[in-house]
Amino acid sequence: MEIDFVIEKFILVTAIFAISLVIAMYSTYAERKVAAFLQDRLGPDRAGPFGLLQPLADGVKMFMKEEIIPANANKWLFMIGPGLAMLCACIGTAVIPWGQDMMVGDRLVKLQVTDINVGLLYIFGVISLGVYGVMIGGWASNNKYSLLSSIRAASQNISYEIGMGLSIIALLLVTNSLSLREIVAQQHGWQWNVLYQPLGFIIFMVCAFAETNRAPFDLPECEAELNGGYTIEYSSMKLGFYLFAEYINMFVSSTIMAALYFGGYNYPGMDYMATLLGPTWAPLFGTLIFFLKIFAFIFFFMWVRWTIPRFRYDQLMNLGWKGLIPLAIANIIITGIVIAILKF
Amino acid sequence: MGTSVFYFVATLSVFFALMVVFAKNPIHSVLYLILTFFTFTVHYILLNAQFLAVVNFIVYMGAIMVLFLFVLMLLNLNKENEPNKSMVLRIIGIIAGGCLAITLIGSLRSVAISDPLVLKNPGLGLVENLGKELFGQFMLPFELSSLLLLSAMVGAVLLTKKEEKTNG
Repeated sequence: MEIDFVIEKFILVTAIFAISLVIAMYSTYAERKVAAFLQDRLGPDRAGPFGLLQPLADGVKMFMKEEIIPANANKWLFMIGPGLAMLCACIGTAVIPWGQDMMVGDRLVKLQVTDINVGLLYIFGVISLGVYGVMIGGWASNNKYSLLSSIRAASQNISYEIGMGLSIIALLLVTNSLSLREIVAQQHGWQWNVLYQPLGFIIFMVCAFAETNRAPFDLPECEAELNGGYTIEYSSMKLGFYLFAEYINMFVSSTIMAALYFGGYNYPGMDYMATLLGPTWAPLFGTLIFFLKIFAFIFFFMWVRWTIPRFRYDQLMNLGWKGLIPLAIANIIITGIVIAILKF
Repeated sequence: MGTSVFYFVATLSVFFALMVVFAKNPIHSVLYLILTFFTFTVHYILLNAQFLAVVNFIVYMGAIMVLFLFVLMLLNLNKENEPNKSMVLRIIGIIAGGCLAITLIGSLRSVAISDPLVLKNPGLGLVENLGKELFGQFMLPFELSSLLLLSAMVGAVLLTKKEEKTNG
């Protein structure tokens, strides 16, 4: 029993890790294709059919480049920075429920690594730790641009974390649970949380864009002002880790948004499909639907990046503190009042 | 198992806490402080206080320490403008610290090793139970502390405001 459990979780963890890496890898390809599509170009099309081997070529290029550590950099912290960014990006998926319980033979397999009863807060904590990779790397580079970029990353993260936390509180009022498993299970069929929390979802999404340092909030790596910011002194795979961590973060945020607000593995007509496909394949079909939602969000991330120009720093702070936070507080109050009225 | 994990993590806590004090570079100090807080999170989990653990994780590691780092990075601390510590100050510091250590050791010597603590309500640290306690029995102090925080926040905002010139 015990050894079964270990093997089951090991397979699950390995699979999730591999899937996150592959999705992040092909997100780089997808991003360039989407950018090309939006700008009426072709995009990468040389390596393999439709340029499908481009991410592999990029990976080889990254590994083969010369590794440079600046003479005046803090050597250890300089190396820890990208590793930390990667670590924080990868551990977020541990509490995501990928599907309903699945029957394999006569064994009930949970498609979730672990179900802690503070799962939502765990994800929030992991997101808030993500900034350390940028901050430590930027400071250790001993470069003025990197330092400015670290400072920007820190203040941006702190500011948008508050808005994100407040939008989650409104969600909690609706779901009454912090366990992601329960939150997703509650959205059975069509009862997705986005229908109850549309404003909360928009606030959450804007904050997620800011927390992952994606355009239009990519001020820490702004090319025009900071020459690439915290990545300026990095070369080879250390740079690769930073870029890769951003794509994994994008995947994780898309997953969280799909799970919290768009029903995760739930879809209309799932009960009918469950009788049709049986207890082994129906949960897997739900997982497939879940991934389709995630891909839709990833596409949305890219769409926004190539459509909306970058914010100015004061605009960023104004939006965070004077726009999103008051809106999120109003959302909490309205949600609370509506729930109180419905209880009578 | 639980006890050995505790001793391991406790050793780490003490080690990192000492490194906070001994590190020459203030940024290193803050990074060690982050690690110290991380070991505290593990302690909370060992005590089955999951909510406190994750809040400690978010608030102390994720927010307050980021602000500490933020301020230190802005300060631009170099070796040149480090305050000069004279020999007299150092000797006074050693004597004062030694006195404190002797007092602590002396008072701890008289305390016998207590039996392992058995929690009356092991589930108290879970979110639901903690919420019921906070909003039931401890409603008044809880709300009062939120007022205290609010007034501190208003004060901080007021401090950052530039004084308007009335007779300009």
